[in-house]
Amino acid sequence: MKILKDLMYTKTHEWIKMTGDKKAKIGLTDFAQDSLGSLVFVNLPEVGDEVSKDDSFGDVESVKAVSDVFSPVNGKVSAINEELLDSPEKINESAYDAWLIEVEDIEENKDLLTPEQYEKVCNEEA
Amino acid sequence: MSLIFDKSREGIGCSILSELDVEPVLFPEKLKRTKSLNLPQLAEVDISRHYTELSKKVHGVNDGFYPLGSCTMKYNPKINEEIAALAGFTKIHPLQPENTIQGCLEVLSKAEKYLCEITGMDNMSFQPAAGAHGEFAGLLIIKAYHKSKGDLKRTKIIVPDSAHGTNPASATMAGFEVVNIPSGDDGCVDIEKLEAAVGDDTAGFMLTNPNTVGLFEKNILKITEIVHNAGGLVYYDGANLNAIMGIARPGDMGFDVMHLNLHKTFSAPHGGGGPGSGPVGCKSFLSKFLPNPQVKEYSDKYEFSNSPDSIGMVKSFYGNFLVVVKALTYILTLGKEGIKQASENAVLNANYMKCELSKIYDMAFDDICMHEFVMTLENLKKEKGVSAMDVAKMLLDNGIHPPTMYFPMIVHEALMVEPTETESKATLDKAIEVFSDIYKKAMAASELLHEAPVKTPVRRLDEVLAARNPVLKSGDRHTD
Repeated sequence: MKILKDLMYTKTHEWIKMTGDKKAKIGLTDFAQDSLGSLVFVNLPEVGDEVSKDDSFGDVESVKAVSDVFSPVNGKVSAINEELLDSPEKINESAYDAWLIEVEDIEENKDLLTPEQYEKVCNEEA
Repeated sequence: MSLIFDKSREGIGCSILSELDVEPVLFPEKLKRTKSLNLPQLAEVDISRHYTELSKKVHGVNDGFYPLGSCTMKYNPKINEEIAALAGFTKIHPLQPENTIQGCLEVLSKAEKYLCEITGMDNMSFQPAAGAHGEFAGLLIIKAYHKSKGDLKRTKIIVPDSAHGTNPASATMAGFEVVNIPSGDDGCVDIEKLEAAVGDDTAGFMLTNPNTVGLFEKNILKITEIVHNAGGLVYYDGANLNAIMGIARPGDMGFDVMHLNLHKTFSAPHGGGGPGSGPVGCKSFLSKFLPNPQVKEYSDKYEFSNSPDSIGMVKSFYGNFLVVVKALTYILTLGKEGIKQASENAVLNANYMKCELSKIYDMAFDDICMHEFVMTLENLKKEKGVSAMDVAKMLLDNGIHPPTMYFPMIVHEALMVEPTETESKATLDKAIEVFSDIYKKAMAASELLHEAPVKTPVRRLDEVLAARNPVLKSGDRHTD
């Protein structure tokens, strides 16, 4: 299980990476892709959609189940990773490169987990 | 084997239609097809052989043990088929005058009466054609009820995560917002979470009981009370009724609306097309909202009646009528004692298997189960790399249909086993032996399990490829 040191995380297994002032990319963690198994579909929001902290902004479907993906922050979708719509397997291949959405105008979220805190969450669930 | 389309030969066909003995009536030009239908062209004998060949490659309840959890794959008694094939039931037309089909109306009326007796409901409609269809109709009834009281703010349906997967889907289809609540460590509804979730926007609460982990909800009266106090209605998903028939009644537990699966609990065929029947039942204060038409019994006759407050029709005519005939036959064959005994044996069989298998495999919950139980193969996967999928595939090589896999989602590497009451102890013992044999193989040579199945018509299917790039047309093939 890979946890990158330069990212922040959520209890619901999303990662968030700041890509600029008030701008960030959001994706699913390696732990999440491993538990879900081979992904076959990804549903993403549209550019311009508002996302709110802890609310689902999309879902991913594996051969086992459909799971919601939750936003770690409040903000507005500035880009979506369209490549994933045709190739959801990219998330399985490299979870931290396969970002789902980019969000701008984000508000600070003090509840995000550090890599160390997130590792604990994973160990408890594993 | 090849598809029926591959066997098609130009110009070959069946000539079973008798000569036209009335004046031909032609379609108007504008309605005529411009291209001929793309149907395979085969002689009757070749069609028959094609489907017989297919039928030899499947596994049904008539081939062997079929412990598919949550699906109640019990044996379908042949007498059901015999009764349902009677000309009085088959050679009728849905638009025939009521006075010429009194026997058929009596079947619907009697089936309603007996099923209401079993469930504690007051009225029932046989229109829904499947379980989820019954849920959908039931939710529309809940919606109509709140609307009739002018209470339009009740837009949410609460569903615990141990419910059937169809519950949130049906609620969404019916236009509700779904609020999911997690179950407690014991696999049952978390009362505190439920109390926090209810409010003046709660339209209803859907409960599968026994739930999908095979446990009977402990706080059932408390649950229905909390929802009622908040002004919501309580829906009972009767898909697992096989565990409680003749013993406990949803109506007595405080439930307002429910559905049954005649194609599961009441022994009509299930899987392979059914067809199904998912009657929706309710308490009398909701009866006027049931789908139209309802059969009414008078002292000297039966008649259809329509309620102006009805949610309307949810299927053409009266639902899958012959399935109701089969269910009524089953009820009358078993009688009051037999119905109860069926449930007792279903629960006994499940506990026997659970008890024996727990000597080898990990169980998701230790409690005594109802009609089904859930195993977790998480440790086996971690230690030996053998997943629930691998075990399921090896069961196929042993002539056993695998249990339900990876469901419920609250259990990792889940295998959900429902033996049903129609299996003998000898069958259960044989299955237990197969399970323990597979475990030994997993310990000694796990690669064997990754190879399975080896004896089936097709080996392990690439379900990822199938989901990502489905081939939906004959003639298209995956090349790799």
